[in-house]
This record gives sequence, structure tokens and C-alpha cells, in this order.
Amino acid sequence: MIKKMTCISCPIGCELTVFVNGEIKVEGNRCPRGLEYAKNEVTNPKRILTISVKVEDGVMELVSAKTDKPVPKKMLHEIIEYIKGLKIKAPVKRGDIIVNDILSTGANLVATRTVLKKD
Amino acid sequence: MRREKVDVLIVGGGAAGLAAAISATKEGVKTVLLERDRSTGGVLNQCIHNGFGLHVYKEELTGPEFMERMWDELKEDVIRPNYTVLEIKPKTREVVTLSEEGLVIFEVKALVMATGARERPLSSLQIPGSRVAGVYTAGVAQKMVNIYNRLPGRKVLIVGSGDIGLIMARRLKIEGMDVVGVVEIMPEPGGLIRNVVQCLEDFEIPLWLSHTVVEIHGDQRLNAVTIAKVDKNKKPIPGTERKIKVDTLVTSVGLIPQNELIEGFVEMDPINKGPIIDEFMRTSIKWIFAAGNNVAIHDLVDFVYEEGKIAGYYAALISKNEKLPDSDKRFLRGQNVGVLLPQRFSQKKSFKIYLRPLKSFKKSILKFDDKVIRKFNWRIRPSEMIDLVVKDFNNFGPNVTVEVNEID
Repeated sequence: MIKKMTCISCPIGCELTVFVNGEIKVEGNRCPRGLEYAKNEVTNPKRILTISVKVEDGVMELVSAKTDKPVPKKMLHEIIEYIKGLKIKAPVKRGDIIVNDILSTGANLVATRTVLKKD
Repeated sequence: MRREKVDVLIVGGGAAGLAAAISATKEGVKTVLLERDRSTGGVLNQCIHNGFGLHVYKEELTGPEFMERMWDELKEDVIRPNYTVLEIKPKTREVVTLSEEGLVIFEVKALVMATGARERPLSSLQIPGSRVAGVYTAGVAQKMVNIYNRLPGRKVLIVGSGDIGLIMARRLKIEGMDVVGVVEIMPEPGGLIRNVVQCLEDFEIPLWLSHTVVEIHGDQRLNAVTIAKVDKNKKPIPGTERKIKVDTLVTSVGLIPQNELIEGFVEMDPINKGPIIDEFMRTSIKWIFAAGNNVAIHDLVDFVYEEGKIAGYYAALISKNEKLPDSDKRFLRGQNVGVLLPQRFSQKKSFKIYLRPLKSFKKSILKFDDKVIRKFNWRIRPSEMIDLVVKDFNNFGPNVTVEVNEID
């Protein structure tokens, strides 16, 4: 099987040709992440999820957050719904873990900005 | 009214301005950064998606993370929020500002313009129909959702497949809106392919290429739009109209560099829509520098940051009365070259040039005069800015023609 895809590991977007024939071979990638991406894409596609989480008593109503590892694409919907139900207390610092091992994916949900407490 | 003397004054606190502040303060000169908003970071505040920082910080960061990394790098407190620049007086090197303390006039030795870009509004597309509520630019919708925790509506169509449009399609879908699709007047997407994949395909959002919005319906609030297919000349094809019920229209139809403060007296580039600059990020006025999206629209904040660093550094040198070499050499646009910077250079050291091809090419070469500089074995597109470092110019005359040609 031959598959054409665009690598989304970075904004360059290499056009990959993936040969799946027992072993997975990749052409068109300009860095090793392209190989990794293509392998995942034909077996279990994964994505980093970026989202926001509600904050109580903060100078902002929301804190932006991301999964610190890619999570399975087929679980995105479930993870999004879970995060929508969350509300955390200010202050939040960039890098704080909001949820450990979210829905047993092995990825943590971490804050990507600082939200100070409202005076 | 108060007067203040500064060595380097930076106008704008987005990525370019913050980067300029980082490098100017390192040179030990008195630096002030003016920001019209309450805090710095510019659009990075609301760009909560990732893809930033791969060049600069060697990590994939979200916008807010990139912004806070810059705050960490900036060791001195030079930021003045809530300052609006009213006027720049090139003869006296004065910058007139308004802030909570009233009128403040800065007397500057060097100036860095980092005023960024603003969004093209829908009205510039001249679509017939009433001017109803429910029509937002992508950046405004993004600010509502990501900063203020408000959804713009329930059912949305996105116009324009620039990166912000694609990212907002996904973002609004994640937040529970019904995203009916993205229409793009051009035959290919305006944004990065990675965003077509991870924003549209992943979330099963349709992309209608060669389509446009031909009519807006609604009384006070938008209730539907009519879209149609367009021909090669971007003219709607009669009979292809389709009315789609939506209460929200989000537009991502391009960015306009903001140069109102300087365009009256610096030389401007009509293609980049920004000031003509050299490899030191210096404009046609020797003490005025510019960096970022006000110079030309960039794809990557990393490039904007790098330009800001250069502008801040050389602005600091100028403020210490150091001389920079004259930039008496020019790049001229040859075939298939759109956005191009810098337009001038001095040939003294290596530097980076950025350009956009006018068309999409499967395989191509980049030539300076008749010399091949780079071969692209991969597809290049107008939507993806090309950056390359130029080292040796000894074999070129004062005018170097840059062109892109297709090869087999």
C-alpha cells in the first residue's frame, strides 16, 4: 500500500510518500520526525490537543492548555468533553499540570500561560 | 506634557517588539517599549494553538508560551503599556504619545517600528447584503473565544482559508459550534497544509476551494449566506449559488501591514506593503528600523522574532553613534517573486532573505541574476514563505535580480 500525506510535525509540511508493506518506508521527509509521524499516521494517528480550561478567581476567565504528548486522534472528542467540565483555581503558572495522565493516555494536560489571582 | 530622552524607542509589544527590546537592552542602552494594549504579547496572547518556536526555542510551543519565554528573556522592565503613538516627527526625531499620564514626547536616538498587521475586514470584499451582526474577523472571534470565554454564535461559515481561518474552524468546533465549512476563492488553500490536515480533515470540516460568498442575508443578525463557485477570474459562476443557514460568518481574508505612522516619509514597497529595509532591518531613514508583520506578512513568529532581534541590536548600535555600512546594493524582483525582503543590502556580512513565489511550483530553482542559488525539490507555494541565508555576494553587481523558475 502506498499513501501520500503531508507531515504536520512542523509548519514546513513535507509531502510524504509512505510505503506500507510489512515494514513502513517513508520518502519526502526532511527530518526524522517525518518518519515518526508517518508511522503513527498509518497505525495510530496522534495529535497534540490545545484547548482552554475555565479558571476561578483569575485575572482571566480561561487558561490556555495543551497535552504534553500527542494523544490518539480517535480519543480527541472524549478528551475535549472531559476538559470542558473542568474548572481550576487561580493562580496558574505556565507548565503547571492541570490533569495528570488524562483519560489514561499517558499525556498530562499542562497550562501554557500564567493566570494570576484576581485581587 | 512631559518630555523624555531615550536611546532606543520601540513601537509595539508583539513578538517583533519584544525581541527588539531583548536585544537592545543587552547592548546597555536606554530602551523603552510602547504598547497600546494593557499587556504585551500581541496576537500570541490569543494564539493558544501550537506550532510556534521551532526555530527560536527548538521546541514546539503555543503562542502564550512563546510570549512568556520572551518575557523571561527580557531582563529589564522597559515596557510601557497603554501608550498610543500619535505622531512620529522625522526631522526632530520626536515621537508624540498619549497615555494615562497625558501627552509624552519621546526624543529618540533610534526607533524600531514593530506595529504588526491588522486584519482585512469583510467590507473590503464588497459583498452585497445588509451589514448585520454576526460577522467577525477571525482574530476577533479568536479573542472572544480564547481570551473572553464567549462564543460568537451557534452555526458558522468561515470565509478564507488563511491560517487563522483554518485554526478558528477547529477552535470553534472544539468549543461546540456547528462549523459548516470553509470557503476559499483561490483554487488552493491560503494557509499551511498542516493546518488543512489537522484543523479541517481531522475534524471533518469541508473546504470549498474556488468558492466565495456572494450574498449576506439577515435583518439585524445574520441568518444565511449565499456561496457560489468561481471561475478562473474569480467571478461567481451563475447557477452554482447555494444558500446556507448560519448565524455567524468568520472572515480570514488576509492581513494588512500597519504603517500609517511612517508611510508618509519612509520609502515603501508596494508588494510587501511595508517599508523598504536592508539586512540590518533599517528603513530608508537611517535611525528608523522596522521588523515583523508591518514590514511584510510572515508565516512564522520565529521569523518575526529573528527580525526583531536584528532591528533592536542595530538600533542600539546606531544610538551609540556607531556607523553601519551603507546599503547601496539592491534586490530586484524578477519572474515569479512576490514578497521579498530585504530589498537592500551592504554585502558586508551574511544575512537571511525571505521571499514568496507568486505561483505554486512542484520543482523549481531560485536564481540571483543567472546564478542558481537554491534548488527546491519540494513544492513551494505563495502561502509558505521561503527563508534562506545568503553568504557570498562578491560576484554580483549593485543590482541583483531574484527570480524563481519551474524545472522538470
